[in-house]
Formats: sequence, C-alpha cells, structure tokens
Amino acid sequence: MLLIFLSSGLFLGWSLGANDAANIFGTAVGTKMVRFKTAALICGVFVILGAVIAGAGATETLGELGAVNAIAGSFMVALSAGFTIFWMTKLKLPVSTSQAIVGAIVGWNFFTGSPTDYSVLSKIVLTWIACPVLAAVFSMLIFALFKVILNGMRIHLLRIDLFNRTGLILVGAFGAFSLGANNIANVMGVFVPVAPFDEIRLFDMMSLSGAQQLFLLGGIAIALGVYTYSRRVMETVGGSLLKLSPQAALVVVLSQALVLFLFASQQLESWLMAHNLPTIPLVPVSSSQAVIGAVIGIGLLKGGRGIRYKVLGSIATGWITTPIIAGIITFISLFFLQNVFQQEVSRKVATQITKPAIMQIEKERYIHTVLDR
Amino acid sequence: MAILFRTTKELESQIDEYLDSVSQGALVFKQGVMNYLDNDKDNLNEHIKNIGQLESRADELRRAIENRLYTHTLIPEHRGDVLGILESTDDVIDTMKETLNQFDIECPYIPEELNKNYFELTDMSVSASEALVQAARAFFRDVNAVKDHLHKVYFYEKEADRIGDKLKRKVFQLDLDLSLKFHLRYFALHIQMVSDRAEEVADRLAIYTIKRTI
Repeated sequence: MLLIFLSSGLFLGWSLGANDAANIFGTAVGTKMVRFKTAALICGVFVILGAVIAGAGATETLGELGAVNAIAGSFMVALSAGFTIFWMTKLKLPVSTSQAIVGAIVGWNFFTGSPTDYSVLSKIVLTWIACPVLAAVFSMLIFALFKVILNGMRIHLLRIDLFNRTGLILVGAFGAFSLGANNIANVMGVFVPVAPFDEIRLFDMMSLSGAQQLFLLGGIAIALGVYTYSRRVMETVGGSLLKLSPQAALVVVLSQALVLFLFASQQLESWLMAHNLPTIPLVPVSSSQAVIGAVIGIGLLKGGRGIRYKVLGSIATGWITTPIIAGIITFISLFFLQNVFQQEVSRKVATQITKPAIMQIEKERYIHTVLDR
Repeated sequence: MAILFRTTKELESQIDEYLDSVSQGALVFKQGVMNYLDNDKDNLNEHIKNIGQLESRADELRRAIENRLYTHTLIPEHRGDVLGILESTDDVIDTMKETLNQFDIECPYIPEELNKNYFELTDMSVSASEALVQAARAFFRDVNAVKDHLHKVYFYEKEADRIGDKLKRKVFQLDLDLSLKFHLRYFALHIQMVSDRAEEVADRLAIYTIKRTI
C-alpha cells in the first residue's frame, strides 16, 4: 500500500530525472564530448548522493509551508503536481516541478483549512526570482574569468578541449549532486512527515533516517529517469536548441550547479550563521530556469545580441500560473479523493494554546496598539 | 582519461610536426628554384627528393590527425574547421612539390635577365606560405594573434601578383619564340599559384578564427 501511495512521488522523480538531467549533461552529450553512458552513471550516482546527504534543507522549507500529514494527501499533492507538469508541458508552457509542488502544497492547505505561512511562501517566490538572476550573475563572472584565462595563457585548442571534457564531467557531477540536494524536496518532500520508516544503522558507522530512506528512493527514481528517458532530451538540448560553445556550456552548468547548491546547502547556511552573515533560504528552485538565466548572462556579456526576451516573460508568467493551476488541481482532486474514494487526506491536529503563548499574543497586540497610535 | 591526455599530447605534436613539414617544404622549394636558376642540377635533384619526402610525411600526418580527431570525437565544435585547415594547407605543399617537379621535367629556358624576377616571385610566394603557417599555428595556440599573421599572407600574395604581372609583361616584350614566351608565363603562373593557395587557406582561417572567438 505504501508503495502505491509513494508512486506519485516516484513518478515525479522519474520525470525530473528524464528532463532535468539534460540541464546538466545535455550539451556534453549532445556535442558528443561525454558519452551518454558515462553521463548517466555520474548523474545517477551523484543525484542519489546529493539527495541523501544534503536533501534535508530545502525539504524543511517545504515542510514549513505545509506539512501534509496523511499519506493519501501526500500522494494526491505529488500526483497533482505531476499532472500539472504533464499538462502544461503538453500545452508547451514553461513549467517547473518546484513551482508545481509549492502550488499543490498550498492547495492542500486551502482544502484542509491549514494555515499557510505567507512569510515562507514569499521567501520561496522571491527565491524563484533570485534563481535565474543569480545564475546570470554567476555565469557572467565565471565566463569573464574563463576569457581572461584562455586569452592570457595561450592554451592549445586540443588542450582546451581536454580541460573542457574533464570540466564537464566534474562540474556535471557537482551539478547532479546539487540537483539531487535541491530538487529531492519536490519529489519526496511531501512524504517526509508521513514516512513510516525507522532509522537504519549501517555497520555502526552511519545511519539513514526515515527521511533519508525516502530521499534514497526518490534519488533512485530520478536516476531511473536519467537512464531510461533523458538520452533523447539531452541530444535535443545539446544538438539543436542550445547552440553553445563547449566553454560556454561548462560555464552554464557550473553557474546552475552553484545556484542549486546555494539554495540547498545546510552546511553553507550554518557557516554563514556562524559568521553573522545573512543566510540564503533553502528552497527547491528550477534547474531549467537557472540554465536559462546562465545562458542569458553569457548573452549579456557578449553585448546582449540575440537574447529572446520573450523567454524571460514566459518564465515570469510561469511563476504565477504554475502554482495556481497546481493548487486548483490539488484542491479538486483532494475533494474527490476524500469524498469519492473515502481516503483520509489530512489528520486533524489538536492545538493547545499555552499560557506563555497567550501572554506572547497579548504582548504583540500591545505593541501593535502602541505602534498604531 | 589518461588515454585522452596522452592522445591530446600526441596530437598536439603531430599538428606541430605537420606545420613544420609545410614550412620546411616552402624553404626547400625556394632553394630548389634558386638551384634551377643557378643551373645547379645536383642540388636541385636533392631538393626535389627532399620536398617529395616532406610532402609524403605531411600527407601521413594529416591522415593520422584526421583519423584520431574523429575516432576520439575530439574538438567537436572545430573538428571540421581543423580538417579544412589541414587539407587546404596540404594543397600549398602539393603545389610547391609539383612546381619543382615541373622545373625538372620541362626544363624551361629562362633568359638570365629574368632570373631576378623569378627569384623575387618565388620569394614572395614562399613568404606568403610561411606567414600562413604562422597563422595556422596561432589558430591552435593563440587565436587572437591569427590576424597579425593573416594580413601578411594577403600582403605577400598581392606582391606576388604584382611581381608576376611585371614578369609576364617583360617576358612578352622579349624577342623570343611565342612558344617559349608561353612556357615562361606558365612557370610564372605555377609559382604564383603557391601564394594563391596560401591566400585560400588564409580566407578559411579568417572565418574559423571568428567562429573560435564567438
């Protein structure tokens, strides 16, 4: 039964692997600089590692937005997000898993009457906007640095090719790790509060928590997506859509990986905290939009010719339409699941308001009254 | 990865050796024409043999490089361009070898007062080829320097045209049989052809360089 409920999340993982692996290895495979088998192996292994090791950060943020607390509800939230992606892709509209899942969670909140933390929601939406912008800034900086190095060092064309090949594999591994760390929240995040897994200890040296076991399953689903379906996507991306030089491709993948890593790394967050620096919110972001941002960054550095600004407009529209559509679909499908199929989509949680809480509320009210005067 | 590293290193030296052969071929060609003008048969034969060897070695290297570039799918973006450069540069050394052979086979009668003009023409054509080899080397190592050499190729080619025209006019003003004049004109054209071939490669290089800097 558990597997049936998990299937929607696993399907989401599979489709993520099928589509987003091309953002990392698309140009490398499309231009035949890296063989598909090599790319798929590296991508699969590092996505799983990223998901299991560093997947918790972004998942926590999704949990703050709405903790789906019944497995049938989680199933429907993931399924609705998956359906939104499928439908919008069919209509050729730009769509991202991150945006669909957030809409779906908010849909669940509305349906079950759970409160939505709007500060978390606005943090998430701001991160979506920051993601391509940051990717563009990174790609401009890295590309400029590459140019200085390549022009200054007079490296042989063939040697540049060798460095590029090695770089694409290394950066690809980092990109896959970041993708796993950042996007596993989309795939398995909604199942975390309801996962019935116990902690597993391996040889007394390491342990896998319930959430990490879920992430492992999700990571495997993504890896399967990479192996079974990403080849064609990679060849399309590398061969026809994005005409990038191998150096530019390396810069794009590196910028995207850095952005995804920034929005997923708890280690970085605690380091920033320890040094009294402002932290970066850990939020699942769209790798495709990071790629577009990075490509535009390089375009801007070259004088801004040939940039199709329409693409930017369609991304911005996607930030609004995708979550709304996913939210509505989730709301309707939860209604059917609850009333037609008689499944428990949420559990009512009794909340006790303690004395200190009342005192806190009164104190804040007092502050507001003072401020209003 | 280690194999790829080794292949890259070997290919780099093969490309260098290939361009060395073309450059050396140009020097041998110049010496050969001088030997003919000086009536130094022994050295001419030596140089004909020498340029033949250099041309065969260049062919061997070109095939090996092309083969490796494709079997290891190296430089996918520029493979076609590199192939174009190698094949068209091969035409330059081929033309030089052919021309030297024709001197040996047809033994054209060159009046002494034309020696200087033929030598100048050869010198310009060879200079164009040498500048071209430098441009090709820069294409691989320092793409921004390619145009510094290309403008020299164009300059020497124009000079070769000018000297060739002057030579042909001089030939047709001499009191010689028409057949002899035709023969002399053909040899001027053969030598000029070397700089024309160099210019063709330079045109390709100019485009490929723009592609590389984008």
